[in-house]
Amino acid sequence: MTNLRLQALTVRRGECPVVDAATLTVEAGEVVGLIGPNGAGKTTLMRGALGLLPHSGQCSLTDMPVRDRARHVAWLPQAREIAWPVSVETLVTLGRVPHLAAGACITDADREAVAAALHTMDLTAFRDRAATDLSGGEQARVLIARALAQATPLILADEPVAGLDPGHQIATMRAFRRLARTGTSTLVSLHDLGLAARHCDRLILMDRGRIIADGAPESVLTTDNLHGTFGISAHLASGPNGLIFQPLEVVR
Amino acid sequence: MNRAVIPTLLALMAVLFVVSLLTGPAGFGPGESIRALISGQGDAVTLVMREIRLPRAILAVLVGVSLGIAGAALQGYLRNPLAEPGLIGVSGSAALGAVIALQTGIAASFALALPLAALAGALAATLLILLLAGPHGGSMTLILAGIAISTLASAMLSLVLNLSPNPFAVSETVFWMLGSLADRSFTHVWIALPFMAVGWGLLLSLGRSLDALTLGEDAAASLGIRLERARLSLVLGVAAAVGAATAVAGAVGFVGLVVPHILRPFVGARPSRLLPASALGGAALVLAADIATRLILPERDLKLGVLMAIVGAPLFLHLIYKTRAQSS
Repeated sequence: MTNLRLQALTVRRGECPVVDAATLTVEAGEVVGLIGPNGAGKTTLMRGALGLLPHSGQCSLTDMPVRDRARHVAWLPQAREIAWPVSVETLVTLGRVPHLAAGACITDADREAVAAALHTMDLTAFRDRAATDLSGGEQARVLIARALAQATPLILADEPVAGLDPGHQIATMRAFRRLARTGTSTLVSLHDLGLAARHCDRLILMDRGRIIADGAPESVLTTDNLHGTFGISAHLASGPNGLIFQPLEVVR
Repeated sequence: MNRAVIPTLLALMAVLFVVSLLTGPAGFGPGESIRALISGQGDAVTLVMREIRLPRAILAVLVGVSLGIAGAALQGYLRNPLAEPGLIGVSGSAALGAVIALQTGIAASFALALPLAALAGALAATLLILLLAGPHGGSMTLILAGIAISTLASAMLSLVLNLSPNPFAVSETVFWMLGSLADRSFTHVWIALPFMAVGWGLLLSLGRSLDALTLGEDAAASLGIRLERARLSLVLGVAAAVGAATAVAGAVGFVGLVVPHILRPFVGARPSRLLPASALGGAALVLAADIATRLILPERDLKLGVLMAIVGAPLFLHLIYKTRAQSS
C-alpha cells in the first residue's frame, strides 16, 4: 500500500521553483530518509505535500478532506513551538485532536494512545511537568510523542533528531522503525547521514529543489552523489548490523 | 486545584454581584434592598434597586465577561500573553463612533443613539480588519491591521475633539471615554446582550483550535484545524463582544490583559480552559472595580476605566516582576 504519492510536485517562491517537479512514493512500513544540503528544499517539499504551501502537481495528501488528512498524516515541524507552559501529557494529548468528534471529550482509547506515545519517547516520568520547563532535547521528544499519539499511517518529520543526544537520536529512529513493523511509514529529513544510512530503508537525495537520487542507502550515498551535492568525501562500510557512514573531507 | 477554579470564580462573582447591588449612595439597609428587589412595592427603594443598581451590576458582569473572554481568546490565538481586546482596533473605533455621536449632538436625540453609534464604529473596524487581514493573512497581518486601525481611530478621535466648537461637548466626551457603568439602564443591557452572546459563543467555540495552536500554526493546521475559519470566528467574536462592551461602558482597559494572565497558572495554561475562567474572572474584576469606584470617592463619580488603569498597571508590573523572577 502506498501512504504518500507525489507526482511532479512543484512549489514556487515568486518565479523560482523551490521544489521542482518532485515525484516520489512512500510505501507502508517504510522509513524513508530525505537528505540534502541546506536549502535543498526538503522542508518545502514536506510542507507542500501537506498542503501548507501553494503548489502545483499531484499529491495524495492534498486530495483528502482536511480531517481525513489529519488522521492519515502526522506532521512534525522543525520549529519546536510550545507556546504555553501546559503539562507534557496535555501537549501529547493534542495529537488526538483529529480523532475527537466535535465537542467530545477524550476516551480511554485516546488515553492509551497518549500513554503509549509517552512510554515510547521515554517521557512517562515527565507527564505532569510543564513542557516549557524541560530542556530543548526533552521538548523535542515531547513533540515527537505528540506526533506518535496521532496514530497515523504516515509521519512526516522535519529534522526530528536535531539537538538530541546520541542515545535519544537512536531511540527516535528506532521508534520509527518499530512503527514501520505495524505498517506506519515515515518520511524523515535528516542532516546526520550516519543515522540516515543506518536506520532508513531508503534515502531520497535532494539538491536545489530537485530529487537527484532515490533508492537504498548504499546506492544513494555514492562518492559522486556526495561530491556533487554536499561537496564531501566519506567512508561507507557494512557494519555488523547496518551501514556505517563517516564523512571525511570537504572536497570543493 | 484545577477543578475548583470555575466554581471558585462563580462563587466570587456571585458574592460581588450581591455586594454591587447593596452598594450605593442611597443608604438602604441590605435586608430592605433585597426585599425591595425581589418583592417590589413600587416605592423609591424598589425603583433604585430595579432600575439603577440591578442593570449596573448586570452590565458589570456582561462587560467583564466580554473583556475577559476576548483577552483570553486573542492571547491564545496569537500565542502572546501581551495581546488584549483593544488590539484589533475595535474598541478604539467604537469609541470614535460614540465620540462622533456626542459631538454632533446625535447622542442627545434619543437614548440609544450613543451605543448604536459606537456599535457602528465597531462594525466599520471589523469590516476593515477583515478586508486588510483577509482570509489568508497570518497572525502578524492581523496585529498590524489592528494597530493601523487603532491608530487611525485615535487620530480621527483627536481630530473630532480638536475641531469641536463646544467645550461642554469636549468634556462630556472625555468623561465618556474614561469608561463607566454609572447611570446605565436595562436598555443598555438589552442592546449589548445580543451582540455579546454571539461574541461569547464564537469565542468559546475556538477552544480546541486555540489548544492546537499551542504547537504553532503549521502543526495546528496539520491536526485538521481550519485556521481561516478560526481567525474569522476570533475577529467576529472579539468585535461583537468588545464592541458591545465599549458601546455601553466606554473604554475599560486592563481587564482583558490582566485577567487571563492571572488565571493562566490555575488552569494548567490550557487556552480552552482559560476561556471560561477568564470570562468569570473578568466579571469578578469589573464588579469589584465598579464597587470600589462607589466606595472610594462616592461623591466624585470616579470612573471605572480610571480606577482599572490605576489598579491594573501596578498589578501588571507585579506580574511581570514575578514572571521574571521565576524564569531567571
